[in-house]
Amino acid sequence: MSSIEVLEDRCVGCELCVKACLYDAIEMRDGLAVIKDNCTLCGACVDACKFDAILIRRKAESGLERPGESSGVWVVAEQRNGELHGVTLELLGKGRELADTLGVSLEAVLLGHDVTGLADALVAHGADTVHVVDAPELEHYLDEPYAAVVAELVGRGRPEIVLTGATSIGRSLIPRVAIRVKAGLTADCTGLAIDDEENTLLQTRPAFGGNILATIVCPRHRPQMATVRHKVMTPLEADASRKGVVVVEKVAPELLGSRSTFVEFVKDVTQAVNIAEADIIVSGGRGLGGPENFGLVEDLARVLGGAVGASRAAVDAGWIPYSHQVGQTGKTVQPKLYIACGISGAVQHLAGMQSSKVIAAINKDPDAPIFENATFGVVGDLKEVLPALTRKLEAAL
Amino acid sequence: MRIVVLIKQVPDTTEVRIDRETNTLIREGVPSIINPFDMYAIEEALRVREHLGEGTVTVMSMGPPQVETALREALALGADEAVLLSDRAFAGSDTWSTSYTLAAGIKKLGACDIVLCGKQAIDGDTAQVGPGVAQFLDIPQVTYVRKLDIEGGEAVAQRMMEDGYDVVRVPLPALFTVVKEINEPRLPSLKGKMKAKKADITVWTQADLDVDPAELGLDGSPTRVVRIFAPEPRGGGVVFEGEVDETVEKLTAELLPILRGDS
Repeated sequence: MSSIEVLEDRCVGCELCVKACLYDAIEMRDGLAVIKDNCTLCGACVDACKFDAILIRRKAESGLERPGESSGVWVVAEQRNGELHGVTLELLGKGRELADTLGVSLEAVLLGHDVTGLADALVAHGADTVHVVDAPELEHYLDEPYAAVVAELVGRGRPEIVLTGATSIGRSLIPRVAIRVKAGLTADCTGLAIDDEENTLLQTRPAFGGNILATIVCPRHRPQMATVRHKVMTPLEADASRKGVVVVEKVAPELLGSRSTFVEFVKDVTQAVNIAEADIIVSGGRGLGGPENFGLVEDLARVLGGAVGASRAAVDAGWIPYSHQVGQTGKTVQPKLYIACGISGAVQHLAGMQSSKVIAAINKDPDAPIFENATFGVVGDLKEVLPALTRKLEAAL
Repeated sequence: MRIVVLIKQVPDTTEVRIDRETNTLIREGVPSIINPFDMYAIEEALRVREHLGEGTVTVMSMGPPQVETALREALALGADEAVLLSDRAFAGSDTWSTSYTLAAGIKKLGACDIVLCGKQAIDGDTAQVGPGVAQFLDIPQVTYVRKLDIEGGEAVAQRMMEDGYDVVRVPLPALFTVVKEINEPRLPSLKGKMKAKKADITVWTQADLDVDPAELGLDGSPTRVVRIFAPEPRGGGVVFEGEVDETVEKLTAELLPILRGDS
């Protein structure tokens, strides 16, 4: 089995590893670092040590687990009620770049009922081939038939990379597929690139509540699978002149069986504007002090034609429903303008909005971390600043 | 009727800070806790047992010996028994190997009707282990459950979507991952804490489970972390301080071109 060792002749007792350890699994004894039994072998200490004094020994690797051609970048498309989810188009944009770097084809997988017409949009956004499985059993998303069919197609086509959106559906579906095809899966990637030497996929993603970024690879298993949140990647411009092949795939009826049944979908009517799609978001956090002050946030949002967002603190306090939460355990947003009111800027929140084009922050604490990430900041009492800002902008717009 | 709750002990990542000078994590003094979403899973298991008037709630975790503290906390809340899967061979597991090992632990328990998990762990943040375990056990699942009703060997669950929720009906056995909207976790009672202190916790090692060593731990994991680094702050912004009228005037001046769509 793998093991971790501190090379005592190299350890100088600087304790950088102790500070780097995410799990409090290193302690100092007689001036040397000692690894405790709760070590998770994550490797943060190896990266942190300036003296190469920590070694993680792995079993020798012998090349791909299932050698044989695996080729192609695939995107598992998401559609509901005949409409493609925006994240699918974004992944085709990124997938096109990856496929071109590798010199392979970009293919989409489309499941549903009466959805073959959507294949054109997938080609227009970059796909060379679209594999369609159209069956009444697939009309609504159900974990078992979707996982069985995607796994079947992956087995037939043997792609080297499979991408899908990190949505409720995507995150429910793709782990089951990864187990079935015995592939490595990395969730919520914010960066995807091809390693020039090995031609493998470098997957970068936040972890530890957004406190760190980790780069992950899948050295021996294929396909390399990754999910990406909506609004992280960028779609290509639709090009109706692009040519692609649509393959209608047939699968054995047993794969379409499902033990669960879809009953109905109930829409959330509290959101006037879906924050994930909004170009302007005004967000409130703990600094609001209470639910009544969300009115100030809503007033500004209304004047700007934007959506209302919230930090986890405000949602946990019950001031606003979870559907408005932005952050590591909420939604990722990428608006043109994000105005953070009474939000300190904890990494968990930043993880959800740091790709916003312009960030403005209002907070009475001049040391709030949000100011290190904002394009413009105002130090002040939001109960005074927000109404004044709303008035001025309303007059000018 | 057996209900298994899978829990994970994690560092409280909401309390972790980054030392901007060295760009390393300040992890000292950050406590280990039961993953917050798992608390809702434990609570839901207890409610299902109460509603049905029968059933054993078994809480299970994979980790080093210190995870016993987390399991005792779950027992104090009202779980009936606790199982720890612990072995050096499990260290370094990614979600694939973790799902494989936990599924083996559940299989060893025997017949199981409901498996409950939190939606994701706040250290790994992947949300992959719940569905992974369900696939290894070959049982159906519903993720992001905000409401769960169990009646007559069947469950009706509401799965939270981005813009509402799906209602899904599924026969037991099945696995559910839960979100915070599902319930309000109770606090442990004094009696519960006393009982938990004295309780026996079953510990299973690799030898106790029907597993292939090649699938365990770091070596059995298809994914590998090659680099860990702290995110850089965006920086380069300007902060206005002073009287409200002045600061608001300045901010307005900066925002207007953006709002008007001037590039």
